[in-house]
Amino acid sequence: MKYATGMDYIKTDSLPHMWCAGCGDGIVVRAIACALENLELDPRKIVMVSGIGCWGKADDYFTCNALHTTHGRALAYATGVKSANPELTVVVLMGDGDGTTIGGNHLLHAARRNMDLTAVLVNNYNYGMTGGQASATTPHDAVTSTSVLGNPERSVDVCELAKVAGANYVARETVAQGTRLSKRIQEGIANKGFSLIEVASPCTTLFGPRNKMRQPVDMLRWLKEKGVSEARYDKIEDAAAQGYFKVGKFVERTDPDFNTSYEVMRERLQQKEGK
Amino acid sequence: MSTAKLIQGNAAIAQGAFYAGARFYAGYPITPSSEIAQIAASEMPKLGGVYMQMEDELASMGAIIGASLSGAKAFTATSGPGFSLMQENLGMATMGEVPLVVVNVQRSGPSTGLATRPAQSDMMQLRWGRHGDQSVVALIPATVAECFELTVKAFNIAEKYRTQVIVAPDEVVGHMRESFRLPEPGELEVIDRVKPAGEPKDYKPFSFEPGAVAPLAAYGSDYIFHVTSSMHGEDGYSCNTPDNAARRVAQLHTKLEQDIDDVIMVKEFDVEGCEILIVAYGVVTRAARTAAAKAREKGVKVGVLQLQTVWPFPAKAVAKAAQNASSVIVPEMNYAGQMAGEVRKVVGDASMVRTVNSYNGTIMFPDAIEKALY
Ligand SMILES: Cc1ncc(C[n+]2csc(CCOP(=O)(O)OP(=O)(O)O)c2C)c(N)n1
Ligand code: SF4
Repeated sequence: MKYATGMDYIKTDSLPHMWCAGCGDGIVVRAIACALENLELDPRKIVMVSGIGCWGKADDYFTCNALHTTHGRALAYATGVKSANPELTVVVLMGDGDGTTIGGNHLLHAARRNMDLTAVLVNNYNYGMTGGQASATTPHDAVTSTSVLGNPERSVDVCELAKVAGANYVARETVAQGTRLSKRIQEGIANKGFSLIEVASPCTTLFGPRNKMRQPVDMLRWLKEKGVSEARYDKIEDAAAQGYFKVGKFVERTDPDFNTSYEVMRERLQQKEGK
Repeated sequence: MSTAKLIQGNAAIAQGAFYAGARFYAGYPITPSSEIAQIAASEMPKLGGVYMQMEDELASMGAIIGASLSGAKAFTATSGPGFSLMQENLGMATMGEVPLVVVNVQRSGPSTGLATRPAQSDMMQLRWGRHGDQSVVALIPATVAECFELTVKAFNIAEKYRTQVIVAPDEVVGHMRESFRLPEPGELEVIDRVKPAGEPKDYKPFSFEPGAVAPLAAYGSDYIFHVTSSMHGEDGYSCNTPDNAARRVAQLHTKLEQDIDDVIMVKEFDVEGCEILIVAYGVVTRAARTAAAKAREKGVKVGVLQLQTVWPFPAKAVAKAAQNASSVIVPEMNYAGQMAGEVRKVVGDASMVRTVNSYNGTIMFPDAIEKALY
């Protein structure tokens, strides 16, 4: 098998990228590019739809079409892009603030409609671009620039949310395992219907230093230690309290996506009119 | 040959959109605009298009922007509070030069206010209801026939200038029924966006020439392109230099203001040599015409200038119509005289401009205007 480099899908003249040294975002770009290459997709038929934030800047680094939208609304834009032209492959790039906090409602509904989109949600556990404030995925008690004494709120599990809302494909991986991440993204794109891949990637500049991960290497160590398979997670006593989280594939199903269901309705109409 | 039928203003708007080639609708229900969504829901599948009921108005705007960039003529319909929610993404439509049509069937406010009652109080929301500095087009029909015609026109302007066009009838016009004959295909001009021709690698999705509009590719064609909400260069990639920003903002204005006669639509009723000029728009035009007719019976020369385009403001047309008048009356269904202010800016002696306002959620009748004439 050919080893994917993803380079045909990466806009090299936009490099070096804008992210901080040690930030996981670059790893995710590469993982997506490799997934696109393995699927042999035509860049003309791909649209990267991004929100606002550090990760939301990622569309700049791809050679395919792009739509850089407003904060939190990427899924809504992507819904229009895809339903007006079902032949497109639409990949949606969102941070946790973007996809879950301000945009949580759209996540719920894109999953419920089973829109054939692949959302790559990079969870850095805070708002990166605006200075490390708490987001809806900031762990309870974690320190951020707006929760200096510890986060009084509880965090949301994005994967659980997407699952109950009806997504066809849900997975979580970390930037410590780029190849596995790429495989999940590839599976998500190949699976028709709504796919969500959450990527654990603590913000190395703003979140890490405040939460016992002083260096990027501490972040990688943390991801490898705390991100465990579902089977292992279930065996650990008080796993959540100890900060363990599940990685892997949580949902893979083939329910009809929105466009397919709409087509069924159209055919029903034609039959009715034909009579 | 189709025969005339009694149809509603909102229905005429929906039919106008289909006639103009709209094939994508995304919206969220709100009275008094809901009929447009309902008609789109049942007609779009027949036309090979898509209707989507979104989770809110923010999503609706996002979805029609996305659909438009995928190549579909797209629209949405809403009313005051929904239009307020659309504002951030309307800004994005401006920045990305995305052709689309938004219908705002105006209702009374502030907030839920006298829900569903008529008003003309969103006039500044139409103009400035998004952050930043940009030119927009807003059209106001006064009859069911105009609901149809102006909607077709709205799509034409949207496609030709790569801009958002807002069609904003008041509740009365949206809900009134009048006799209307649906034009045959070909009877009215329908304009489609210009697609790029040359080499894909040389394609520039934005033009920076004053007054110019770049061709717009569709996602999925041979032309790969990049659209962003951020300040960008001709290639669509972010560019934050002061020079670039200044050229970009200027171009967003000039593209609509250079060829202005194409965008500005007014109707004149006995304006030639009038002593008193009434400047009206929407349903109030009808009351104004009745009041003017009665005045002429009494020998007072009253003319009516109807603004079909309200933004960009038809300054030249107003100045010309008012040149011989000794006073100008602007009746509006809002408290502050939102458009009277614009009229004052162009009429030589601003003190000549008098306002007639109603803001209690009921329609303005001719006698209110008549009283102001003598
Ligand atoms: C409507 C709106 N509110 C607020 C902002 C400011 N803002 C820009 S990025 C951002 C947070 C981004 O956080 P996240 O989505 O987690 O992405 P990250 O930067 O962490 O990758 C915010 C609040 C905005 N651009 N628009
Ligand atoms: S602020 Fe955080 S998320 Fe943003 S680039 Fe730096 S490390 Fe990455």
